[in-house]
Amino acid sequence: MAFLINLLSAGIRSGTAILFATVGEILAERAGVLNLGVEGMMLMGAVTAYGVAYSTGSAWVGLLAAAAMGGLLALLHAFVTITLRADQVVSGLALTFLGSGLSAVVGAPLVEVAQAPRLPAFNIPLLADLPVLGPILFQHNVMVYIGFLLAPLAWFYVFRTRPGMELRAVGEYPAAADVMGVSVYRTRYLYVVVGGVFAGIAGAALSLAITPLWVEGLTAGQGWIAVGLVIFAGWNPLRAALGSYLFGAIRRLPLDLQNVGFFLRNPTYGYFMNMLPYLFTIAVLVIGSREAMRRRVGAPAALGQPYVREERGK
Amino acid sequence: MTSQTTRSANPTVSRVRLERRLEQPRWLQIMSPIILLGVALLFGAVLLRMVGANPWAVYSRMAGLAFGDAYGWSDTTLKATPLILAGLGVSLAFRMRLWNIGAEGQLFIGAWFATGVALHLLPETTPQPLMLLVMAVAGFVGGALWGGIPGVLKARLNVNEIITSLMLNYVAIFWNNYFIYGPWSQRGFGLSPQFPRTAWLPRFTDYAEQFPFLRGITAHFGIFLALILAIVLWWVLRQTKWGFEIRVLGDNPQAANYAGINIVRNTVLIMMLSGGLAGLAGMSEVAGVVHRLQERFSPGYGFTAIIVAWLAKLNPLAIVLVSYLFAGLLVGGDAIQPAGIAQMLQGVILFVMVGGEMLLQYRVRFGQV
Repeated sequence: MAFLINLLSAGIRSGTAILFATVGEILAERAGVLNLGVEGMMLMGAVTAYGVAYSTGSAWVGLLAAAAMGGLLALLHAFVTITLRADQVVSGLALTFLGSGLSAVVGAPLVEVAQAPRLPAFNIPLLADLPVLGPILFQHNVMVYIGFLLAPLAWFYVFRTRPGMELRAVGEYPAAADVMGVSVYRTRYLYVVVGGVFAGIAGAALSLAITPLWVEGLTAGQGWIAVGLVIFAGWNPLRAALGSYLFGAIRRLPLDLQNVGFFLRNPTYGYFMNMLPYLFTIAVLVIGSREAMRRRVGAPAALGQPYVREERGK
Repeated sequence: MTSQTTRSANPTVSRVRLERRLEQPRWLQIMSPIILLGVALLFGAVLLRMVGANPWAVYSRMAGLAFGDAYGWSDTTLKATPLILAGLGVSLAFRMRLWNIGAEGQLFIGAWFATGVALHLLPETTPQPLMLLVMAVAGFVGGALWGGIPGVLKARLNVNEIITSLMLNYVAIFWNNYFIYGPWSQRGFGLSPQFPRTAWLPRFTDYAEQFPFLRGITAHFGIFLALILAIVLWWVLRQTKWGFEIRVLGDNPQAANYAGINIVRNTVLIMMLSGGLAGLAGMSEVAGVVHRLQERFSPGYGFTAIIVAWLAKLNPLAIVLVSYLFAGLLVGGDAIQPAGIAQMLQGVILFVMVGGEMLLQYRVRFGQV
């Protein structure tokens, strides 16, 4: 029982960064822009947060800087794909390369430095004392709590508000949205940048609260996993939360199993446990894709297609 | 985009407009990669400046190391070999608009298969040509199997191949780590025992007795394999019916479907061939360079191959050229701190190329509205 509580609690903690990144990517894709640069934006967010927090002494300033950095990189992607109408896949890949390389360069001196200030962790009064639920849900750092609010708020925004409806319209049928007076370009720019801001925050959550430190390649593919979870989530922020926490738990599993007798005797089997998160992502994608085919719901119809006002259709 | 003219007093608004060119002039098609590379290096210089390096010193040092003398060319050839092989593989998939970004994993699995042959399947006494042939076939098959997984998932279940192929990179690396730390390990270190000499690809320096000028040239014969395959692929894509089908499948899957081209079969086949070529890159690395399986023997060749393929506009012959350029970047980058500079420059180059390519399709028009 203690093992399970530990696992779930750690899973929620380690799934939080992926949750931010996934929700951000959902918003961008809902507007019709695929951004495969999440991994790069997360890495740049993580290193920016760590560096700024270290030099200013404030983790919150670090978090803000990471958000700005994520937004800035996403703006680059927005310009290349929305204004220049270049291929979204290739531009996103370029962004990931750029972010991975640049974060290694600017982060090299940070690997050695003393611990940067962390984002605060605190127990929620009363709730933290609940048996079982208390330790799983209410004894965390502040990013986890923000994460709890994020998914329902994002869901409400996307499905129950007017701007949310306009966002979906731009992703499904931009020409119609345009006719209704919604600026397709502005909407897409906005949500691509918002997605980048979320990815930056996700990186900051890693380097300032969850891991918390900076090493080269800190994200270890979590940005890519976020892109995969978007499909599993069916572009729905609530399901994204489910996927992220589940994923976090699976990511945690190898660490928790290290001390179990079998793995203690055969430590090399741990490498198979390390494969689990990535295999899980593939499994989740298969499930998501099957469901999308069966229920005929799926990607926003205009995902990946540039919008050109003068041209007809789409 | 709109700018008020300051000179004229009347209210006509002069506009600067971007207009899509109907046709790219020939000179622009040829010059555009060169212009864009220059722009990319300029952006890179700005970034280098910002992180406190001297861009000119970095660039000239890198160029000197990579292309300055015969040893530089040898090192560059060493790194160009896997880039060409993996780049050819990636380009084949991209041509069909299948985004195989799993070349890195396919390369590792190819190396694993080749290692299995060299250390465990064939005896040390196997004649060298036979040994190398079986290793190459095994490497190709390993990469093909690994690339086939996303292919089958894409073809049968419409699962996004970008993410599955990428996830399999991580799985492949953990798979290798299990073996080099576990059953195939040399005393628990992260490497396998060295291959017998019969499993080494010949190096130029091995012929130094007959040709003294080859001494110290450690580049190996894998480069010939890479060059031959580049020419073969170029010919196949250009001259055969199947090459044509692949192009149609990429450009217009619907038309291909009406024309009776089998999408499912070609998706799986192309992903397997693509993975197989990356697997060959892995085989050539273990047999030609490290002579054993070890941790991180590839500094991300599979990822760089993606950029190479794209910059070469998926043309097999251009891939050879671009591979040499990027190999030079890697050779130069190895000697320069901090370590991420080469990767950062790759990102900048790809970004500028992708964006700039589109920009060059427009022309600037000054007109009155």
